[in-house]
Amino acid sequence: MIELDQVGRSFKVGDQEVAALRNINLKIAAGDYVSIMGPSGSGKSTLLNLIGLLDRPSSGIYRLDGGNVTDLNDVQQAKVRSEKIGFVFQSFHLVPRLTAAMNIELPLILAGIPPAERKSRVTQLLENYGLTDRADHRPDQLSGGQRQRVAIARATSMHPAVLLADEPTGNLDQATGKEVLMLLEQLVAQKVALIVVTHDPAIGGRAMRQLNMVDGQIISETGRSS
Amino acid sequence: MRLIDVAQFATGSLRGSPMRTLLMMLAMSIGVAAVVVLTALGEGARRYVVDQFSSLGTNLVIVLPGRTETAGIGPGLMSGQTPRDITLDDAEALLRSRAVKLIAPLTVGSATLSRNALNREVVVLGSTSDLLEVRHMSLGLGKFLPAGDIREGASVCVLGNQMKRELFGNEQAVGQWVRLGDRRFRVIGVLASQGESMGMRTDELVIIPVASAHQLFNTTGLFRVLIEAQSRDTIAQAVRDAEAIMLQRHSGEKDVTVITQDAILATFDRILTALTMAVGGIAAISLVVAGVLIMNVMLIAVAQRVKEIGLLKALGAPGKQIRGLFFAEAALLSGIGSVAGLGLGYAGSFIIGQIYPSLPVSPPWWAVVAACATALGTGILFSVWPARRAAQLDPVTALAGK
Repeated sequence: MIELDQVGRSFKVGDQEVAALRNINLKIAAGDYVSIMGPSGSGKSTLLNLIGLLDRPSSGIYRLDGGNVTDLNDVQQAKVRSEKIGFVFQSFHLVPRLTAAMNIELPLILAGIPPAERKSRVTQLLENYGLTDRADHRPDQLSGGQRQRVAIARATSMHPAVLLADEPTGNLDQATGKEVLMLLEQLVAQKVALIVVTHDPAIGGRAMRQLNMVDGQIISETGRSS
Repeated sequence: MRLIDVAQFATGSLRGSPMRTLLMMLAMSIGVAAVVVLTALGEGARRYVVDQFSSLGTNLVIVLPGRTETAGIGPGLMSGQTPRDITLDDAEALLRSRAVKLIAPLTVGSATLSRNALNREVVVLGSTSDLLEVRHMSLGLGKFLPAGDIREGASVCVLGNQMKRELFGNEQAVGQWVRLGDRRFRVIGVLASQGESMGMRTDELVIIPVASAHQLFNTTGLFRVLIEAQSRDTIAQAVRDAEAIMLQRHSGEKDVTVITQDAILATFDRILTALTMAVGGIAAISLVVAGVLIMNVMLIAVAQRVKEIGLLKALGAPGKQIRGLFFAEAALLSGIGSVAGLGLGYAGSFIIGQIYPSLPVSPPWWAVVAACATALGTGILFSVWPARRAAQLDPVTALAGK
């Protein structure tokens, strides 16, 4: 489903080109559970942003669901993000003035989904993630685990094919982190491609496929199955 | 994204920082209120003048002797003639025009008014019974000049309110005799107090029949003939007729000037409308200032909400949608601001109206529309740049909060 072909990404720092990603070749199928590990600065977040269409490759070709998405314009990129990609961030990125339910509803509002359907989807999601009694709480009234659950609910509200998680447990204690990971892993069973970026081998090790990155390259892939 | 959701989202983010929102709305509403109050004052002044004019009479056409010609010298002057007087016959002839409803010939002079030992120099107005209606005067006591042949010089007079008080105090005046110059007149009426209207104090007048005035001042000419046209539409016809009649009667010589009250009024109207617009324009500058303020605060808001903008992008909002959200915020701000400003402005106008009751203060509709349009326009115009900035943010750096 995700197909990266000789993808590179370089940034201009001063008058020097710095390559953040080099010659990445990667195929990820629906239902794959992939972790990307590596030291900081190895380009794992850049890779995640590229897959999430928040960034554009400097070279190479990126295909998503068979379509070439390398050179989409802003509006087309946004549409793909809205329909196919969900994000879970380390620092949750909830809108502080909105309640849990409204945060979950946000992608649906942006996509212009009718209110009746939005309501039923949000209710369902709140229930799935055990947040029903927290629906009207604002983020600052929620615990870290609850916040990340709201974020996951939000990321899945549009039924994405790909879920991208950047250090999803980075701001959580171990027990809560594990709980959140299990919630994410449940999605894999629903044929969502889950990609987790982490520097923690204990978390990365849970994935079916583990990519190790150094200096913008995937140096090894280990996995239990593929 | 649905329109109602855009509005709701914008409302939400405005409520997210109530202090900022309140201050911006205040700036907007002060601007709108300034436009409303100042134009209301200008419009009040205009209407005050118009009212003053119409208190002099409606559909008035005025015929005066002599001709003010700016181009060249009239043939009358070449042959050494002075302008001919307008006589009572001339005045009566004016009634031949179908466009003329009423006429009131006027002769003005000054004489000494006395009763017993009291005497006073007064302005004497010689006219006819129709003057009361033509000039919209109102009678306090007794009767006005008798109708009938205008050449009949009855020895009766109508006193201005103040004259009556000075001569008679609280005594009964109607039916008493007074002396005016070398003739005795019987008081048949007293005018109601009208105060000053366009520089003519009716309170200090003494009105006598025009024929008596001619005898008193030993003249035959008229100072002016006031004509009331049948209606507003026939004023032009009345002017043409008056000119034609006078031309015919004065053996083909144009030696009278015919002016309309409308022409004078229109000039005042234009001047004061221009003034109102100028004042309104100056007030509108404060709206532009409010617009700049909105831009400033919006830019800060964009900087503060970088992460939120990044998130919206990650959740699938294209740049133009984010731009739309910021526009909606600006439109809401200036919309609510202008409504509040209208309220403030109308309240201000009302208070001014209470302080100066003689000034008919009310903001003209065009100023109200213009003020609101300017407020909305500047609000949206000045949010173009901040909104563009938000829309063009790179999602990756925005999410990182950089």
